[in-house]
Amino acid sequence: MAIEVRAVSKRFGDFTALQDIYLRVDDGALTALLGPSGSGKSTLLRVIAGLEQPDAGSVTIGGQDVTGLPARSRGVGFVFQHYAPFKHMTVASNIAFGMAVRKRPRSEIDARVKELLALVRLQGLAGRYPSQLSGGQLQRMALARALAVQPEVLLLDEPFGALDVQVRTELRDWLRRLHEEIHVTTIFVTHDQEEAMELAEQIVVINEARIEQAGTPRELYESPRNEFVMSFIGPVNRLGDAYLRPHDIEILPEGGDGATEALVQRVVHLGFEVRVELTLPDGRELWAQISRTSAQELELREGQILPVRLPAPRVFAG
Amino acid sequence: MSASRAGAVTLPRAPAGGAHPRRDASAGRTAAARAARRRRIGVRAAALGYLATLLLAPLVMIFYRTFEHGLAPVWNAVTAPNAQHAFWLSLEIVALAVPLNTVFGIGMALLLERGRIRGKALLGMLIDVPFAISPVVVGLALVLVYGKSGWLGNALSETGIQVIFSVPGMVLATAMVSLPFVARETMPVLRELGDDAEQAAATLGASAWQTFWRVTLPGIRWGVVYGVVLTTARALGEFGAVSIVSGRIQGQTQTLPLYVQDRFENFDLTGAYTAAVVLALLAMATLLAMNLLTRRTRGGKAA
Repeated sequence: MAIEVRAVSKRFGDFTALQDIYLRVDDGALTALLGPSGSGKSTLLRVIAGLEQPDAGSVTIGGQDVTGLPARSRGVGFVFQHYAPFKHMTVASNIAFGMAVRKRPRSEIDARVKELLALVRLQGLAGRYPSQLSGGQLQRMALARALAVQPEVLLLDEPFGALDVQVRTELRDWLRRLHEEIHVTTIFVTHDQEEAMELAEQIVVINEARIEQAGTPRELYESPRNEFVMSFIGPVNRLGDAYLRPHDIEILPEGGDGATEALVQRVVHLGFEVRVELTLPDGRELWAQISRTSAQELELREGQILPVRLPAPRVFAG
Repeated sequence: MSASRAGAVTLPRAPAGGAHPRRDASAGRTAAARAARRRRIGVRAAALGYLATLLLAPLVMIFYRTFEHGLAPVWNAVTAPNAQHAFWLSLEIVALAVPLNTVFGIGMALLLERGRIRGKALLGMLIDVPFAISPVVVGLALVLVYGKSGWLGNALSETGIQVIFSVPGMVLATAMVSLPFVARETMPVLRELGDDAEQAAATLGASAWQTFWRVTLPGIRWGVVYGVVLTTARALGEFGAVSIVSGRIQGQTQTLPLYVQDRFENFDLTGAYTAAVVLALLAMATLLAMNLLTRRTRGGKAA
């Protein structure tokens, strides 16, 4: 189901969480709401879910205006940041909850729970309690619980925020495959640009209660609308008003057209990527991102003075 | 470059150099540990002594005095008609006042922790008023409102309902003095539980009523159980307020604590001690029941 948010504003006392938000999410799309903490991205998700009432504006799901509808009537699956498990229930009862309150027949519930346990790979843990699960298992249980009632929209609040790096990467891949399989319209909130770039088909960058830009990961990276989007998505060097990407800076074996000299301050090896910290003759500092191979070819050493070519910097008006 | 490498080598050496003073400190620590242990034993003895003086000694004395002359006088005292009546009346009042306060307490805790209302602070203070004022005052206040000349009592007696000097008034008095327990025990548990799970239930399609029964209540049940136990213990033992409201009519409005007082004043010491022991046993049974309940349910879950 497509989601449309129109002119939504929300304040908490003196704090403006959302200011005149317009957003369209296509049916079946996987969208990321990306922004720093306190930017309003979680509030927007909660407004769509019906957990928060907007002060102004409307929310439409599948063409139906749901602004006045309570959360339980919206057909929305929500996965909470800290999973919000029902601690006194087993994994199976947690997953069955949505069907149980709808008074579905026992046999139907059992069959569906079994199917979902397999989908989220928790087959052996049906009888466990949430306190006996790891973070990643809790996350998958919460997802199965949300999917059990066949929601038209799936909303995830910082789904991988509380997990360690390895589990996070694994779950991320798994979520993408799951989305390809079931194709439910999905929106997730994250503050991690890499996570957004890797998972989402559409990224919505939110900052200080406003949408800065929305588009595909590539659009945002290649043509950011302003300095916030440029510096939030991907690494960036700032020289006065100008912004340039570290991988656009060329380090040359010998001087040439448009080259300037730079002092190599530090060389940091990060596996395939090598980060070179440079100081320009006028004292300005920046860093370049080059591959391991080119670093080897250049025989980079700290203290060296080398010619570099800077790309045309991007300057944002006002 | 070489300077920085030298720095890297000396780094692990620094804590090794610090080993000497640490060994001195550990020698000092054993003396300190001995002193700490002595202090701990002292504190424990003081606490136990205090408990023995205040609680254990009087309790043991009552049991001793009761059974001093064997079981026959105790049996007679227990089966005396007025004692029997007082026993059942006390249970009846507890059976009415405790459920009332449980429902009210849970509702109040939900309102104060989850509700979006003005004047929460004031309401929170009002709940504690019964803790602050003397039960005798509670009793007098009830008489003023519901008594023959009170402004509600008049209207009620015309419809044939007598509050003062009868069971309704005693239930009211008991409920009022034990009002805060359930709410006060439930509120911190509700706060700690948070409302994430309740919101999750809502997104899964549960109504407010379903969310309460399936998610909130199971989450706060230990707070509620503890509150109910405290309420029961308080309700069983209530004397001051009930004493004023009941009129202490023998065989009619005399609860177990009032009966103890009555027997004591009439020099029937065996009767007084026996009733007191029954009261103490009832209270202990309540505590024991809670203990067993908590242990069984919690142990089974390995939470």
